[in-house]
Amino acid sequence: MTVSRTSSDEPRRTAAHALEFDNLSMVFPDGTHALDNVSISIDRGEFVTVVGPSGCGKSTLLRIASGLETHTGGQCNVDRDSIGYVFQDATLLPWRSVRRNVELIGELHGESSSAMAARVDESLALVNLDEHEDKYPRQLSGGMRMRASLARSLVLQPDVFLFDEPFGALDEISRERLNDELLSLFKAKNFAGLFITHSIAEAVFLSTRVLVMSARPGRIVADYEVPFAYPREPDLRYEAAFAELSGKISHDLRGAHP
Amino acid sequence: MSTDLTDSQVQAATAMSGAVIVPGPKWTGALKLIGPAAVFGLFFGIWYLAHHLVLSAPKQPLLPEPHDVLRESFLTWNIERGSAGSRTGGGLVKLLDGLWNSVQVAGIGLGIAIVIGFALATLMSQATWLQNALWPFLIAVQATPILVFVPLFATVIGPNFRSRVLVCILISIFPIVANTLFGLLSVDRGYHELMTLNGASRWTRLVKLQFPAAMPSIFTGLQISAGLSVVGAVVGDFFFRQGEPGLGRLVNLYQNSTAYEQMYGAAIMSALLGIVVFVFFGWLGNRVVGSWHEKRTG
Repeated sequence: MTVSRTSSDEPRRTAAHALEFDNLSMVFPDGTHALDNVSISIDRGEFVTVVGPSGCGKSTLLRIASGLETHTGGQCNVDRDSIGYVFQDATLLPWRSVRRNVELIGELHGESSSAMAARVDESLALVNLDEHEDKYPRQLSGGMRMRASLARSLVLQPDVFLFDEPFGALDEISRERLNDELLSLFKAKNFAGLFITHSIAEAVFLSTRVLVMSARPGRIVADYEVPFAYPREPDLRYEAAFAELSGKISHDLRGAHP
Repeated sequence: MSTDLTDSQVQAATAMSGAVIVPGPKWTGALKLIGPAAVFGLFFGIWYLAHHLVLSAPKQPLLPEPHDVLRESFLTWNIERGSAGSRTGGGLVKLLDGLWNSVQVAGIGLGIAIVIGFALATLMSQATWLQNALWPFLIAVQATPILVFVPLFATVIGPNFRSRVLVCILISIFPIVANTLFGLLSVDRGYHELMTLNGASRWTRLVKLQFPAAMPSIFTGLQISAGLSVVGAVVGDFFFRQGEPGLGRLVNLYQNSTAYEQMYGAAIMSALLGIVVFVFFGWLGNRVVGSWHEKRTG
């Protein structure tokens, strides 16, 4: 099912892209103007990252795409049944083992354990948690919890992945490792990714495109194609071209602050 | 004198030094018991002291020595009424009859309180208006000293089993409602959004998210309520003064007939019942949520 929501009486359009925001605006009931005329389209095989100052409305973008919020202007076209949403927190249920947590989303969509067993196995293997499937969340490190959370989103094999600063709470080493793993997932599954982060290095390392968003109300103020070919090696982070692009983004980001 | 040690001497020496150096865990285990044992010891010490040093000889029967209480109430099976000058009889068999009666009252009262309390909390978690409507009434029930209901129930329902159970329900329902509701409502927003994103119905959300998340606080409530249900059974019984005697009425009867050894025995039996119930629900809670919930102790 393709959901096409419009704020006015515009006719419904079929989505040409996996995810498309068209002149999207968002004003919250309390008057907060979060997003202003944001247009982004993302196809499968594209990994787009949005960087921007705190509170600029980056996360609101994901909440609108997933249907948690309803925008007040413009259009959002996406197949809501094929979205994987990775939260800032791992949001694992503490009373379920890793495996039972990974089964949760399939279970909520009416699938039985046996029907999804193969996909659960595959997801756990993709995030290197197959050895730990019987552990409880409290027995895991922060990085492992985030991996379990990723695996949970993978089970329904979504076309569109939304990432809301998923690695923000991790230490630098775990973060870089998870970046590497996320890239291999991206290459294996070829989904359309929309990633939110505060880290420019993370944005450049992961993405095919980096968008810079202004302070509230959020607008896209810069749009960079990232030229580096996949697979990207961890040492890419220390190459001159990487630093140069990061520098440009950082410059735009400073300009984006009020 | 030979300096050679025989094998057995070496073994004995090793064993002894081993005994001295024995690793910490056993010691801390022992220390954990020493503290509480010392406090109970002190308690009985003060009891003996009060009997011998504080009370004058004519008043000493008011506070018999602990070993006399133990002998008369727990080590004597049955004292027939009228035998050895006893007006009420006594002994362990009467205590056990009273205990059984109180256990039934507390158990049934607690069971009904759990069912009603759980249902109320679940309903209240689903609608704010219901929560707003019911909460003040529940507070009022909780804040009313339970004994004021006793004459009311004795008059309207009669001083029977049903009245006693009703007292138990009223005294033990509030912690179940409050803790269950608190548990159901304090699930983090992120988890709710996870459910929303995946189209979970109210019911699915309740069963797969809210109830399991509320388990630790539900068990906290159960533990408190279970203790209160024993209080309700014993105190209610004490004040009804009629009907099948439970532990409360035994205390009352023995007091009136100055059978003080028996009276203290009944009081100790009530205390034991409360302790057993409290420990049992703590243990049960640990069994159910201990594997995933970190903060639970005892």
